[in-house]
Amino acid sequence: MWSEFFAVLPQLLMNGLIAGGIYSLIAIGYTMIYGILRFINFAYGEIAMVGAYAAYTAIVWLHWPLWAGVLAALAVCSLLGVAIDFVAYKPLRKANRLSSLITAIAVSLLLQNLVALFYGNEIKTFREGPVEQGMNFFGAFITPTQVTIIATAFLLMAGLYWFVAKTKLGKAIRATADDMELAKVVGIDSEKVIRTTFALGSGLAAAAGVLIALEQNIEPTMGVMPGIKAFTAAVVGGIGSIQGAMLGGMLIGLVENIGIWFLPSGYKDAIAFVVLIFFLMFKPKGLLGGKLEEDVRK
Amino acid sequence: MKEAMLNVRGISKDFGGLKALNNVSFEVGEREVVGLIGPNGSGKTTLFEIINGFYLPSHGSVECCGQRITGLLPHEIARRGIGRTFQIVRLFPKLTVLENLLVAEQHLKGELLLHALLKLRHVEAEDRANKEKALKLLELVELGHKKNELAENLSYGQQKLLEIARALALEPRILLLDEPDAGLNPTIARKVFNVVKELKKEGKSVLMIEHDMETVMGLCDRVVVLDFGEKIAEGTPKEIQANEKVLEAYLGKVKK
Repeated sequence: MWSEFFAVLPQLLMNGLIAGGIYSLIAIGYTMIYGILRFINFAYGEIAMVGAYAAYTAIVWLHWPLWAGVLAALAVCSLLGVAIDFVAYKPLRKANRLSSLITAIAVSLLLQNLVALFYGNEIKTFREGPVEQGMNFFGAFITPTQVTIIATAFLLMAGLYWFVAKTKLGKAIRATADDMELAKVVGIDSEKVIRTTFALGSGLAAAAGVLIALEQNIEPTMGVMPGIKAFTAAVVGGIGSIQGAMLGGMLIGLVENIGIWFLPSGYKDAIAFVVLIFFLMFKPKGLLGGKLEEDVRK
Repeated sequence: MKEAMLNVRGISKDFGGLKALNNVSFEVGEREVVGLIGPNGSGKTTLFEIINGFYLPSHGSVECCGQRITGLLPHEIARRGIGRTFQIVRLFPKLTVLENLLVAEQHLKGELLLHALLKLRHVEAEDRANKEKALKLLELVELGHKKNELAENLSYGQQKLLEIARALALEPRILLLDEPDAGLNPTIARKVFNVVKELKKEGKSVLMIEHDMETVMGLCDRVVVLDFGEKIAEGTPKEIQANEKVLEAYLGKVKK
């Protein structure tokens, strides 16, 4: 059994990285907004779905090249994220956080149904032509599309990391997550920081949506499972921590794809949640979560 | 007469039925260090919260350099030139010492998402200038060697000093200090004293809440005394020390 396992391990790792990269991209949005507003914007999965449809519209209907479709998806979803915040969450800024959470679920359902109304419920696909030929990479078969997926995910994460660590606006985002009231005292416009964070998180989710669509079909409910898995990833990584979200996404992607070698593939989705339960029981703050009193202070 | 840096006009604040402040007025002039004293619960910190926009006054208004700031949002008030510290230190714990100052330096092109992403050349030049400015401030409070440490890892005294530097990074027209030497050991308290003295020499306008009479005597040009939300006296430190109402307010508290 083990020799067979090690023979397929490169392939499992590769599949895990692809799934993990996608989860990580969505998880970053969850964790950044949680860091500032202390609620989970469950709509990120649906924003990813809208991103896929936006790219579909640009590429299949308008015949734009792939890169232009991706940029269109990023732009549309960044604006959508800011608009959702303005309409749905901003009026609840001072309300109980549970209200925002429930609103986020409502936003998810709304987006799913709007897309279903406009595009229909049937499955659509980007892909044309024959099935791609995979290349052999250390015993794993990987298609050019998969290379694109992994490269894009990692580039975007590196870019975001640089942005938050080095730029003025990135520092303002971290300062606001640390202490929003104090951020105001030093002249940081917290609403602008919130808008920027929604735009960034939604842009990354859109990228994730397009990456999913490159390999799989698109449908209005396609964002649900990645959204929940990414939420799991954010919690496992330590909610509020950006590196944690990246790490958590990779962990969930890898564990899931390695796990189904041992289990019937129908259990794939269950694996992520078993990991979540395990973390909630034994390490509730996640891999890189801060001290608990941080949450108490707010 | 020269425009006052800070003009507090008839400020009252009710919390439900409780009158925290009642018709308080005073000015802080250019290059002036004004002490705000009074027994605990006399409304000093509430007044700070009104000046920097956390609370709206029930009556009255605050002006900075002749412009009304009451009703503006806290970050707008900060950008109009009002920097403040807190009685119990408040910093960004997960930011480095240097970053704590850099986030307070405002009106920068690097704040715009596109500019930040493109990292234009003039943004870079600006970033460098800001960093130099921040490092200079760190030298002033003798924390240059700690610049890359997380703020949460500093000692309490160092955090107090860093907080003053952070308030200065805003290049405020007026600096509000809420008990800058509270809870510090004498050595660090001395350092804080010297930093404020240095600021005074540079001609900064300061409004400081202070309990220690010796500090007040050494630093303040004028003193405003609050008791139960009302201004009961205003004058030079000497005058205040001899003021009967003030003595009463304090001694009354000692008797309790």
